[in-house]
Amino acid sequence: MGLLKTFVLGGIHPPENKLSANQPIRALAVPSQVVVPMGQNLGAPSRPVVKRGEKVKTGQLIAEAGGFISSHLHSPVSGTIFKIDNVMDMSGYRRPAFIIKVEGDEWMDNIDRSEKLVTDVNFTPEEIVAKVKAAGIVGMGGATFPTHVKLMPPPGKKAEYLIINGVECEPYLTADHQLMLEKGAEIVVGTKLLMKALKVGKAVIGIENNKPDAIRQMNELTAGEENISVQPLRVKYPQGGEKQLIKAVTRREVPSGKLPIEVGCVVQNVGTAFAVYEAVTKNKPLIERVVTVTGKALKKPSNLKVRIGTPVSFLLEEAGGLPEDTGKIIGGGPMMGKAVATMDVPVVKGTSGILLMREDASHRPVEGPCIRCSKCTQVCPMGLEPFLLSRLARTGRFETAEQESVMDCIECGSCQYTCPANIPLLDYLRLGKNKVGAMIRARTRK
Amino acid sequence: MDHIVIISVAVLGILALVSAVILFFVASKFKVYEDPKIDEVETVLPKANCGGCGYPGCRAFAEASTKNAKKEKSLEGFFCPVGGNDVMKKVADILGLEIEEKDPMIAVVRCNGSFAHSPNKVNFEGVTSCSFAHALYAGEGGCQYGCLGLGDCVDACEFDAIHMNPETGLPVVNDKCTACGACVIACPRDIIELRKKGPKDKRIFVSCVNKEKGATAIKNCEVACIGCGKCEKVCEFDAITITSFLSYIDFDKCRLCRKCVEVCPTNAIWEVNFKPRKPKPVVASKPVEKPIKVEVKKQEIIMETKKEEDSNTEKSEK
Repeated sequence: MGLLKTFVLGGIHPPENKLSANQPIRALAVPSQVVVPMGQNLGAPSRPVVKRGEKVKTGQLIAEAGGFISSHLHSPVSGTIFKIDNVMDMSGYRRPAFIIKVEGDEWMDNIDRSEKLVTDVNFTPEEIVAKVKAAGIVGMGGATFPTHVKLMPPPGKKAEYLIINGVECEPYLTADHQLMLEKGAEIVVGTKLLMKALKVGKAVIGIENNKPDAIRQMNELTAGEENISVQPLRVKYPQGGEKQLIKAVTRREVPSGKLPIEVGCVVQNVGTAFAVYEAVTKNKPLIERVVTVTGKALKKPSNLKVRIGTPVSFLLEEAGGLPEDTGKIIGGGPMMGKAVATMDVPVVKGTSGILLMREDASHRPVEGPCIRCSKCTQVCPMGLEPFLLSRLARTGRFETAEQESVMDCIECGSCQYTCPANIPLLDYLRLGKNKVGAMIRARTRK
Repeated sequence: MDHIVIISVAVLGILALVSAVILFFVASKFKVYEDPKIDEVETVLPKANCGGCGYPGCRAFAEASTKNAKKEKSLEGFFCPVGGNDVMKKVADILGLEIEEKDPMIAVVRCNGSFAHSPNKVNFEGVTSCSFAHALYAGEGGCQYGCLGLGDCVDACEFDAIHMNPETGLPVVNDKCTACGACVIACPRDIIELRKKGPKDKRIFVSCVNKEKGATAIKNCEVACIGCGKCEKVCEFDAITITSFLSYIDFDKCRLCRKCVEVCPTNAIWEVNFKPRKPKPVVASKPVEKPIKVEVKKQEIIMETKKEEDSNTEKSEK
């Protein structure tokens, strides 16, 4: 075990709690109404191209990219655009969204809905990028960075490695794991397509070794492929972070403030690879995704394939209803996810899981004074000093925080998890990042 | 023995002479002329060093104002909010200029989403920082424009003029406010505004900054401005404008007639430090809940100013 690769600096190993492991992916029925927010990707929100009252088919373009870093948006259902209005998202802020009343399930004619595996990958790189862009694919791991932008390295930069992220280091979540087990062959085709688009000669699928079945499965599927290898990794959070995964697989370190392409790497999630396969070979835009619905008190923790825009409450019903002592509903995993403000929030492209916390586990313990144990510094995967940065943010010394590289923080929460004094380190780090980010933006505007 | 003493004295004497000559020339060469008026101006300033004037401290303000007075022969754009007109008069006297009197200002909290008006829908357990909470979520009451109640404005205030009211969860400004504007900058939601203090501290303002449609706004907070436009219609002085479902009263145009306060259906418009009006037959014919709500409003006002306490409660009870 000790011989397995992993990233060097810091990291923690929280209880895995993969309750929904080996639960087959179930396709969830289409709800009677979906809410599709316009800003589902990192960067600029999409611009609507349909009007209120218009009929749409499943897979029809309803909003186009609103900028360079932005993505297209497609109707996940067929029906009528009931309203284009501000709707509450996960944070409780009201942001523009389509509300679509569902009528039947009529798909666009050019989408191939068969389950048949297509292994033919004779597309030019430009074709693949164009198709990925047209399908509105974003990073499915949660960061929702538009994938087509990642597939176009800036001039002068050349990608050497494509790393497929099957790490799923967040406790509780099993969506990627199950996807690898059920759609492994498709993921391999998707990987080949991504390799072609990026013109790279080598792809590595990184999987943590708490998923031995997935490692075995992917090894078998890539047995005939010279250029694709599977890399088992030691279990350590946050290995799914882009920079950590690159370090673990290639031993290369992404410089501070730079993108992975700087060291010749591009990282894509397995979910993204699957979406790319569907988009390129079957013309299917990103309108559904696999979501883990889990929680210790939940009756049926499941992996569900749901249409984008399905309300969270609909998913919970399928998983056995909301348990009575639920204290908190988290969108995403327990480490990086955010508590949702209402049960009506829709599933978006970046929703990898819905996690229920029991009432007794939903509250923060009382904060004590820092005892200078240095645990936060030991576990920080970016080599930062969270105790110092949090103090700087607390006392408003943001210039010093910037010098201490607060912007390198990936908000993994390892420091707060490990702090014996229960100091909300991550909160302060986020505050520092907000303020320093605003300072940097103000500077560059001048 | 003797000549050692003489030599020492002579050497030191020559050294001193040479140094004195050098220093004399250097001092005259690099002499910095400083207007003595700067010091004079600085002595009359309140030395709060709050930055409310837009300069980093009182000395910087004194330097800039003296320089400007010499160059442009005016003090336009220079105003010490802490000292107010009295101090500015003194500054102008020193600099030999005239100034226009400015109306005194005060910070006004434009949110009334107390626990009673906007009940908590979620619980927040993060750090007590408004700017952090603002980036994270909409707020406990669900209003994405309303006060988060975590006290960034209280921390920013150098004058002990703004405090949280634990009963309402909203900040309250007291008489110590100098309108330096620190809380205005600290508030991530632009709720606090500097407004004219008004004659005898009487002022009228819209206590809401919610830009959402009326139906959504009222769902989260029962005293939200719904942008119905009644106040705009009733105003005879064109002081009220409505932009994106939110009413705003221009304090330069407002003549404090209080007509808008009467017509506001959600009691989003506040009147502060007015004597309670005499019960008119028009008021009596209005729905029953109106007088009750008015009373709630009055109580809030008492908390804000603690003036005329007795007469207020007496009359509002009638």
